[in-house]
Amino acid sequence: MNKIPNRQVICDVLMEQASENKDIVVACSDSRGSASLALFADAFPKQFVEVGIAEQNLVSISAGLASCGKRVFAASPACFLSSRSLEQAKVDVAYSNTNVTLIGISGGVSYGALGMTHHSAQDIAAMSSLPNMRVYLPSDRLQTKHLMEALCKDNKPAYVRVGRNPVEDVYEEGNVPFEMDRATVLSEGNDVAIIACGEMVHPAKEAGRLLEEKGIHATVLDMYCVKPIDKAAVVKAATNAKVVITVEEHTYIGGLGTMVDQIVCSECPKKVINLGLPDSPVITGKSQEVFDYYGLNGEGIAKKAEELLSK
Amino acid sequence: MNLSVKANELRKDVIQLIYDAKGGHIGGDLSVMDILVTLYYEQMNVDPAKMDDPNRDRFILSKGHSVESLYTILADKGFFPKEDLDTYSQFGSKYIGHPNNKINGIEMNSGSLGHGLPVAIGMALAGKMDNASYRTYVVMGDGELAEGSVWEGAMAASHFKLDNLCAVIDRNRLQISGSTEDVMAHEDLKKRWEAFNWYVLDIDGNDTEALSAAFEEAKELKGRPTMILANTTKGCGVSFIENRANWHHKVPTDAELAGALKELDQKILKGGR
Ligand SMILES: Cc1ncc(C[n+]2csc(CCOP(=O)(O)OP(=O)(O)O)c2C)c(N)n1
Ligand SMILES: [Mg+2]
Repeated sequence: MNKIPNRQVICDVLMEQASENKDIVVACSDSRGSASLALFADAFPKQFVEVGIAEQNLVSISAGLASCGKRVFAASPACFLSSRSLEQAKVDVAYSNTNVTLIGISGGVSYGALGMTHHSAQDIAAMSSLPNMRVYLPSDRLQTKHLMEALCKDNKPAYVRVGRNPVEDVYEEGNVPFEMDRATVLSEGNDVAIIACGEMVHPAKEAGRLLEEKGIHATVLDMYCVKPIDKAAVVKAATNAKVVITVEEHTYIGGLGTMVDQIVCSECPKKVINLGLPDSPVITGKSQEVFDYYGLNGEGIAKKAEELLSK
Repeated sequence: MNLSVKANELRKDVIQLIYDAKGGHIGGDLSVMDILVTLYYEQMNVDPAKMDDPNRDRFILSKGHSVESLYTILADKGFFPKEDLDTYSQFGSKYIGHPNNKINGIEMNSGSLGHGLPVAIGMALAGKMDNASYRTYVVMGDGELAEGSVWEGAMAASHFKLDNLCAVIDRNRLQISGSTEDVMAHEDLKKRWEAFNWYVLDIDGNDTEALSAAFEEAKELKGRPTMILANTTKGCGVSFIENRANWHHKVPTDAELAGALKELDQKILKGGR
């Protein structure tokens, strides 16, 4: 099991880039520890801004810095960043089109038993609804590195969500297919298409493996780029399959699933099932307990696929 | 009742709870305990059997991460069976890491900082509308004061002349990233709240007698809300936890648990802090 959380990789990439590019600024809201950015703060005190527990201030100050030429990465728990400072994200970042990357840490249900105030089961919906805002949920540490390197090179608003805990590698060291804003195809098959993002990609891949053992062929897509979604990849995968399943660590309302529904419905109509979190506060528990309870694991996804195919 | 002894007994419960569940915001729990004990065992009119009484006093723990201290008090006062806390943070439990109003005795959900004061203002304002006699109490953290919503509330409470509202700041001078004055400076806190036209009492927030006197004084005041600047020690009661930022959220080891309980027992034997 990999021991490095995605947030740690974000810090590594930012430290690498910040030594070459003095315009890179990291901003935090009493969140440097949770974001694994304490090392950055110590190493680059002149490129680090601490605003205290003030997420609205965090995002507006970041936008102001960006409008004066800084390349800003603002990191705070995804739950607060995507709700408390949503208007700042909408107006000062997205609408004003400033060079700010918002990094939502401990996303989804990472905070487990801390409850709904600390869960971000709505961030994909909230952030995706903002014109100009791009939304990325990398699936593992290796992909996170590629994504962050790509984001460091561009100058448009983005929201990146990562979880708190280390996740199993989806890819292999030295073999990480990555193209910006293009889904990564993990397997191809013509029975079922499983489209997932973020921490749900690993269980989706696992479901593909379990299904293959039973002679059921699955296309599995890593849709780390939830917005702009890779429409062509969705259409291709759905066209070749009998049914489509989406999986995300997010309410089933307004997230990746909804976006896939819209594409499949208009381009290649067929049955799509959206797996995700319910429209209610999630059950108390550690992330894995929560995932297991809602069937968001390899077995749960595979079972759903078999059920759909046998109908 | 000796409130300081009660507070130290409950500190033991908090530390045990966090040790058993392997999680909790221990530093802030220990600093806020005297404030909560003075409110729940002396000042507030709240009865476990009458949480639907419209005249009960209202309480909001705005620094919701200190819920473990509130849990031990509510359990001790019979708001729910003590055994319920065995499920704290466990799969399927309603006893989560922040206040949850599915639990008897908890008025409002909190955990996202900067909500408690404005919500308390709404409660106090409703009391004014209804000519009700209840008082509203809210406890905030000092790091929490960086949230803009706190200052929107600061403005509104004095504008509405809410003398039925008493707010407390757990002024322990620490937050997750270190000293509050390094992270985002607040001084001069007394002057800031006075500038917003609050009546401000600057006291030792781990001294239950000083707290009692302050709450009594606030009750007499007319036409303005009261802010109690409770100067506390984060981790209060356990020498190796006191004033250390890294104990914001940390689980004691076996040896630390034993040491902490022993220190508190000695204080209880001496009958005080
Ligand atoms: C809106 C919001 N932002 C961030 C957090 C994460 N958080 C939990 S506790 C804490 C530090 C609180 O410091 P302080 O208010 O001083 O409380 P205390 O020292 O009493 O624990 C932070 C940043 C939160 N709960 N809510
Ligand atoms: Mg504090």
